Amino acid sequence: MNWVDYLMAFLVGGLICLIAQILLDCFRLLPVHLVVLFVIVGSFLEILKIYDWLIKIGRAGALVPISSFGHSLTHAALLESEKIGYLGILTGVFDLTAGGIASAILFAFIIALVFKPKG
Amino acid sequence: MRKVGKQSIVFDNVYLKSSSAVVGPLEMQGPLAKYFDAHYDNLYCEKQNWEQAEMQLFTDALDIALVKGNLTPDEIDLIFAGDLNNQITVANYSLRDYSIPYVGVYGACSTSTLSLINGACLLDGGFGRYIMCATSSHNATSERQFRYPTEYGGQKPDSITFTVTGAGAGILTRQITDVRLTKATVGTVVDSGTTDSLDMGRSMAPAALQTLKAHLEDFQEDLNSFDLILTGDLSTYGAKTLKELAREFKIELGNNYHDCGMLVYDLDNQPVFAGGSGCACAAVVMYGYVVKQMLAGRLNKVLIIATGALLNPIMVAQKETIPGIAHAVVLERVK
Repeated sequence: MNWVDYLMAFLVGGLICLIAQILLDCFRLLPVHLVVLFVIVGSFLEILKIYDWLIKIGRAGALVPISSFGHSLTHAALLESEKIGYLGILTGVFDLTAGGIASAILFAFIIALVFKPKG
Repeated sequence: MRKVGKQSIVFDNVYLKSSSAVVGPLEMQGPLAKYFDAHYDNLYCEKQNWEQAEMQLFTDALDIALVKGNLTPDEIDLIFAGDLNNQITVANYSLRDYSIPYVGVYGACSTSTLSLINGACLLDGGFGRYIMCATSSHNATSERQFRYPTEYGGQKPDSITFTVTGAGAGILTRQITDVRLTKATVGTVVDSGTTDSLDMGRSMAPAALQTLKAHLEDFQEDLNSFDLILTGDLSTYGAKTLKELAREFKIELGNNYHDCGMLVYDLDNQPVFAGGSGCACAAVVMYGYVVKQMLAGRLNKVLIIATGALLNPIMVAQKETIPGIAHAVVLERVK
């Protein structure tokens, strides 16, 4: 761990969010459009191995934005297909994201039990 | 009662017996606070969920209007009511507890004037003695149904409007009172071609203009004959667009023009983006502010053009546009 990691995480994460904010403001997209767009872009960047490189240099800065979800889908599908062939694209696609999806459901459940929405 | 011009009506004997305006916490912190009859400090309105909260506002508005008019529900011959929820749920469910013959109406955020026009026509045609009109909206029920639930935390652009939490009700009669409903103009569906559900003010502006233009032409009326001209919920974006569009037809909206969505909140200091919207927006401003100003003798003749964005989230997802509608009524002080 060194300060360069922090700086790079800030720059890479900030750049991804900056692009999203510009798209949101200039093209009048709905938030949900942006989520879908960034998952798809993350997924494509992984095919070209660009996202793996982004994670290597940007660490959490590249992992936290929603584009990393697209990356994880493709990464896991490709990894599994290397092991067991084409069927792996289907069976492996949620390998890396399963933890994220399951914990999102679990935490949403716990928070819904404890808190009451304010608006 | 008779038809005037293309789409307007003039009423012979329709008066406002009583009216009520009930609001939520943010509206009560706004500049019109002293004109409201009741309020809640919490969006839940002492209930379990948002729909129940809106029903509480709705029934409070009915009850207060009845008390102020010194009437019981049995004396009401008919009620025209509606809200923004699917199947106008809040009006339907609230009226379970009242044995008043009920006609549900949906005019999106124009429901306040739409129900008044319906009630006035029936009453002036000789039906019954008292006809009630009511509508409501709630910030949390609307945001969830038409946009995103608050918990989703989506970013909002400056053009978005903020649904007013509140309810308004009015009771119409043929007996002479201090406030008279003299004229009305029923709007046509006007499609502005916009698809942005986060900018409804601008999508409704052409509908407001159509109704305003029709009203002025049908009655050969001049803008300056009104003390106040109000649009329902065009917000800062829509009001600006309306002024620009009106100018093309040589209609100069000046100082006597205002928008209910801009009146109901303090736009500089409250987190409401472009201003208020929703059925309750025009309703609480009309039944609260306008009526009380008339009773106090400060307003004599007011044109209220409640605007509705006929938005359906499924149609918008299918790349359809958002049509708009606007219905106008004229309230006059009886001297």
